[in-house]
Amino acid sequence: MPAVSKGDGMRGLAVFISDIRNCKSKEAEIKRINKELANIRSKFKGDKALDGYSKKKYVCKLLFIFLLGHDIDFGHMEAVNLLSSNRYTEKQIGYLFISVLVNSNSELIRLINNGIKNDLASRNPTFMNLALHCIANVGSREMAEAFTADIPKILVAGDTMDSVKQSAALCLLRLNRTSPDLVPMGEWTSRVVHLLNDQHLGVVTAATSLITTLAQKNPEEFKTSVSLAVSRLSRIVTSASTDLQDYTYYFVPAPWLSVKLLRLLQCYPPPEEGAVRGRLTECLETILNKAQEPPKSKKVQHSNAKNAVLFEAISLIIHHDSEPNLLVRACNQLGQFLQHRETNLRYLALESMCTLASSEFSHEAVKTHIETVINALKTERDVSVRQRAVDLLYAMCDRSNAQQIVAEMLNYLETADYSIREEIVLKVAILAEKYAVDYTWYVDTILNLIRIAGDYVSEEVWYRVIQIVINRDDVQGYSAKTVFEALQAPACHENLVKVGGYILGEFGNLIAGDPRSSPLIQFNLLHSKFHLCSVPTRALLLSTYIKFVNLFPEIKATIQDVLRSDSQLRNADVELQQRAVEYLRLSCIASTDILATVLEEMPPFPERESSILTKLKKKKGPGKVPDMEETKKERNSDMNGSTEPVSVNSSAVTMSTPSSSTDLLGLGLAPVLNSVAPASAGGSLLVDVFSDNSPAVASLAPSAEENFSSPRIGSTDVVSDDPAAAVHDADELVNKFVCKNNGVLFENQLMQIGLKSEFRQNLGRMYIFYGNKTSTQFLSFSTAVICQDALKTQLNIQTKQVDPAVDGGAQVQQILNIECVSDFVEAPILNIQFRYGGALQNMSVKLPVTLNKFFQPTEMTSQDFFQRWKQLSIPQQEVQKIFKAKHPMDTEVTKAKIIGFGVALLDMVDPNPSNFTGAGVIHTKNIQVGCLLRLEPNTQAQMYRLTLRTSRETVSQRLCELLSEQF
Amino acid sequence: MESWLHSRTSPLALLVFQMHFMLLFSRQGKLRLQKWFIAIGEREKKKIIREMTQSVLARQTKTCNFMDWKDLKIVYKRYASLYICCGMEDQDNELLTIEIMHRYVELLDKYFGNVCELDIIFNFEKAYFILDEFLMGGEVQETSKLSVSKCIEESDLMQETMEEYMSKPAF
Repeated sequence: MPAVSKGDGMRGLAVFISDIRNCKSKEAEIKRINKELANIRSKFKGDKALDGYSKKKYVCKLLFIFLLGHDIDFGHMEAVNLLSSNRYTEKQIGYLFISVLVNSNSELIRLINNGIKNDLASRNPTFMNLALHCIANVGSREMAEAFTADIPKILVAGDTMDSVKQSAALCLLRLNRTSPDLVPMGEWTSRVVHLLNDQHLGVVTAATSLITTLAQKNPEEFKTSVSLAVSRLSRIVTSASTDLQDYTYYFVPAPWLSVKLLRLLQCYPPPEEGAVRGRLTECLETILNKAQEPPKSKKVQHSNAKNAVLFEAISLIIHHDSEPNLLVRACNQLGQFLQHRETNLRYLALESMCTLASSEFSHEAVKTHIETVINALKTERDVSVRQRAVDLLYAMCDRSNAQQIVAEMLNYLETADYSIREEIVLKVAILAEKYAVDYTWYVDTILNLIRIAGDYVSEEVWYRVIQIVINRDDVQGYSAKTVFEALQAPACHENLVKVGGYILGEFGNLIAGDPRSSPLIQFNLLHSKFHLCSVPTRALLLSTYIKFVNLFPEIKATIQDVLRSDSQLRNADVELQQRAVEYLRLSCIASTDILATVLEEMPPFPERESSILTKLKKKKGPGKVPDMEETKKERNSDMNGSTEPVSVNSSAVTMSTPSSSTDLLGLGLAPVLNSVAPASAGGSLLVDVFSDNSPAVASLAPSAEENFSSPRIGSTDVVSDDPAAAVHDADELVNKFVCKNNGVLFENQLMQIGLKSEFRQNLGRMYIFYGNKTSTQFLSFSTAVICQDALKTQLNIQTKQVDPAVDGGAQVQQILNIECVSDFVEAPILNIQFRYGGALQNMSVKLPVTLNKFFQPTEMTSQDFFQRWKQLSIPQQEVQKIFKAKHPMDTEVTKAKIIGFGVALLDMVDPNPSNFTGAGVIHTKNIQVGCLLRLEPNTQAQMYRLTLRTSRETVSQRLCELLSEQF
Repeated sequence: MESWLHSRTSPLALLVFQMHFMLLFSRQGKLRLQKWFIAIGEREKKKIIREMTQSVLARQTKTCNFMDWKDLKIVYKRYASLYICCGMEDQDNELLTIEIMHRYVELLDKYFGNVCELDIIFNFEKAYFILDEFLMGGEVQETSKLSVSKCIEESDLMQETMEEYMSKPAF
C-alpha cells in the first residue's frame, strides 16, 4: 500500500480519492463530489462537535476537491480552528488550507493572524516555521501590516534556530515584494548583512536572497554586503567539491548560493576597492576556467549546475561591462556552446550573446559567430531556439553585416513560424532603415517584406516607408518605379496597394514619361485592385485619384467618370461616398492653380523616433531592444544630416483626422479641428504627426464653405465672438500647447492663427500662420514678439516682418527662430495689429514657447534611472505636486502627453505598472539640465501625484507647473 | 490619500528574479500540484494552468526546456508521466530552475521511495509540505537534501502510528 505507507493518517481521504479516480465520467465525478460536499457541510453544521481528526479529514477533502478545479467557499473557519490546535498534524493541515485557499474576509484574517501570532511566540521552531510559511504563502497586506515588525527581530535574534532564520529571511523577502513600504529598515539590517558570514550555508542562502531584494531598494544601506559576498563566493568557488558536504550538488559546490551571490553583486557597480575587485575578478576567472575542465560526472545535473553558475557569472561580467578581457572570454565560452549537442545550452548561449553584443568590448567578438547563428536559424528544430537566433542576429547587426543579416532574415521569414513573423518583420524593417546606405535597398527590402509576409506588416512599417520616401527626394523616382512594377503581380497584398497608391499619388509623375507607365496605365493598374480592397484602402486610393487629377490633367475625365459612378457616389460607406462627392466637386470647380495648391506634394515629415521601434519595444519589453540610443543617433545623422530643417507648405491641405490612419492624403476631413487629439496617438508616430489639425485646413474653410455645402466642413467655423477672450485665456492657451507642437493658437471671427513648431536641443523654429477669414483685405498688418523682463536674456527670438497686406481668405506665414539661452518661466507675447474695414484691431496672445520644448528624451535602463534618482536627492531638487485630475484618467492619453512633453517614457522602471516614469535633458545655451519625472495616478481618488527631480530648482519648479496642468 | 503616499519610498525595480508559479501535471493534462508565489486571482490562475498544460504538452521531444510565454520564461521538465513547469522572470537562471525541479523530485523520491504519480495524488498534502520545506516565496530555502528530509521525517514522527490509522473510520 504505497499510497499510505507513511502512516499519515486519513483513511477516509484515501477512500474518497480512490472513489474519484474510479469515476468513469466527468458527470459521475461531479456527482460524487457534490455528495461529499453535502456530507461535509452537514458535518460542519451539525450539532455534534467534530473532533480534530474528523475536521482535519474533511478540510483535506475540501482541499482535494479544490485542487481538482472546483470552487470551495466554506471550510475556512474549520481550517482556522485546526491551525490553532496544538497538535502538529492538525495545525499543518489548517495552515495548508489557508495558504492554498486564500480568503480576504477580514474577520477571518483577524483570527488567522491571531493563530500565527501565537505560533510565532511559541518558541517551538516547527510551529514558528509553519506560521512563517503561511505568511509567505498568503503574503497579503494585512499580514504584512501585522508582522513586518516582528519578523526582523526573529531573524536576527541570537537564539533563533537556523531553520527558523531561513524561513524568517524568505518570509521577509516575500513581504518586501508585496508591501515594500511596510518593511522597516533599521538597526537589524547591518546584522542581516553579517548573516553572509554565517556558518550554516542554508542560512546564508536564504539571507542572500533577502539582501538582494532589499539592496535594490536601499543600495547604500547594504553596500557592505559587496565585499562579504565576494569573499564568500571566493571561498565557494575555490573549495574542493567535497568540502561543502551536502551543499555540493552533483560535484558542484553550492550552486544555488553561488548564483545568488553573483546576483547580489549585480545590484552594484564593480567594487571600487582594488582588493575586492581583484578577488572578484579571480572568482570570475575561476568560474570560466572550471567551465573548461572535463566534467566530473556524466549526469546532466552536474553540467546544468556548473553552467548555471557560469551563465550567472557571465551576466555579472556583462553587467559590469568593464573588463574587456573577461567579456571576450565569456564570448568565446558561449561560442563553444553555440554548437553544443545540448539544445538548452545552444538556447542559452544565443540568449546570453544578445547582451554581449551590446557591449562595445565584445561586439566584434560576437560578430565572428554570424555564420553559426545563421545556420542555427536554418537548422534548429526548436522554435524557441530559432527565435533566440533571430534576436541575436538583430543584436549583432551593424553597418558591416546588415545586408547579409537582412537577407537571411527575409529568407527565413518565408518559412518562419507564424508566432514570430510579426516580430521578424519589425526587426527587418528597423535594420533596413537603420543601416540603409542606399535607400533603394531600403525600399526593396520593405516591399519584399510586404510580398513575403504582407499580413504581418503592421501599419507602422508601411507608414514608415512612406515617411522616408517623402523625406528623401533621391529615392522617390526609384520608389515609384518599384511599386509600379510590384503592383503588376496578379495577386498583391493590400498593404502593397496602400504603399503603391500613396507613392504613385505623390510621385507617379516621375515615371509617367515612360510609355509603359503612362498616367492612364498607372491609374488603370491601381483601379484594377480597387474592388478587391477594404474600405480604408479604397479611401486612400480615392485620394490618390484626386492627386492624379492634379498630376495628370490628361486623365482627369477618366477619373471623374470613376468618381461619378454610382458605386462611388452612392457608396454605402459614408467615408467613401463623401470622398467621391467632394473630390468630384473639387475636380470640377477648382481651377488648376487651386488644385495645384490643394493637392501639392506632401511636406516632409518631422524627424522622430521610428514608431516601429516603439512597437518592437512594446512587444518585447525595454530590455530586449538593445542600443536604442545608438539607433536614434544613427538615424538622425542618416536621415537628417543632409536635409534642411523641415519646410512647411503653407497652403496645401495636408492634415487629417487623427484616427483615420489610412487617410494619409485626408481631404475634406476638417471636423475635428481644434480638438486636442493626442489621445488617439498611443505613441504611434504617424498618427502623431497627423494628430493636430493644421491651420491650413482651416484657412480653406471659407472657400470650402462656398464651394461645397458640406455641413462637416462648415462646422469647422468655431468662432469666438470676443477677440479679447482669447487673450484673457492666454495661460490656458499656453497649457494647451505644452504637450504638442501644432494646432490652432487663436481664432475669432476675423482671423485664425495656426502654429507649427519644431525644436531640437536648445533651438526651435515656429511657423505661425495668420489666416484672414473674411473676404476683405487686412491692411497695415504687423506683428511683434515681445519678451518681457528677465525673458529678454533667457530667450532669443528672431523673425522677419510679414507682408502688411493680407488678402481676404488668404494666409500668411511667419517664421520665428528661437534660441533658449537659459531656463525660463514666462512666455513671450505675440502682438498683432491690423486694419479691418477702417477699424484698428489689436490683439495679444502668449506664444506657447515653454521650457519643456527644449527637452531631448533620454532612454535609460531602470538601473540608471534609479541611480540618478538617488543622486538628485537634495530637497530643492525635487518638486512635487498632488492635484485633481481634470480629464478622464486614461493610460494611453497620459502616455501620449508625457511623450509630448518631451521626455522619454520609460516602461518597466517603476515597480507599480500604473505609474509613469520619464527622463530627458533640457538643453539651453548655457547649461543642460537632466530631468527625471514620475507620475502616480490614483484612479480611486481621481488624483495624481507628480514628482520631478532635476539638478536645478527653478527647472524642477517650472516643469512641474507645466506638466501638472496637463492631466 | 495616505494609502498611496507611502509609495514615495517604493523601489524602482532593478533586477527581478522571481519564480511566479510551479505546476505539476500529468501527460493527460491533469493538474497534480500548483504553487503560486505571486498574488493572483483564481480565474487568472485557471487560465495560466490551461495555457501551460496545453503549450507544454504540445512541445515536441528533443526541444529545449524553455519557452517564452508573455513576459515570463517557462522552464519545464518531464519525469515519466509527470511534467513540472515553472514560470519565472525573464532574467532568472534557467538551468538552475531545472535543477530546482530536479531537487524537488529527488526529495519526493527520498520520501516516498521511488515516487510515482499515484503517491502525489494520494498524498498531495505531503507533496505540498515537502515543497514548502524546500522553496519559500519562490526562493530556495534549503538546498541540502539531508536537512529537508530531516525536517519532513521529524514532522512525520508527530503523526499517528499505523495502529491509530487502521482504527480510524473510513468515512
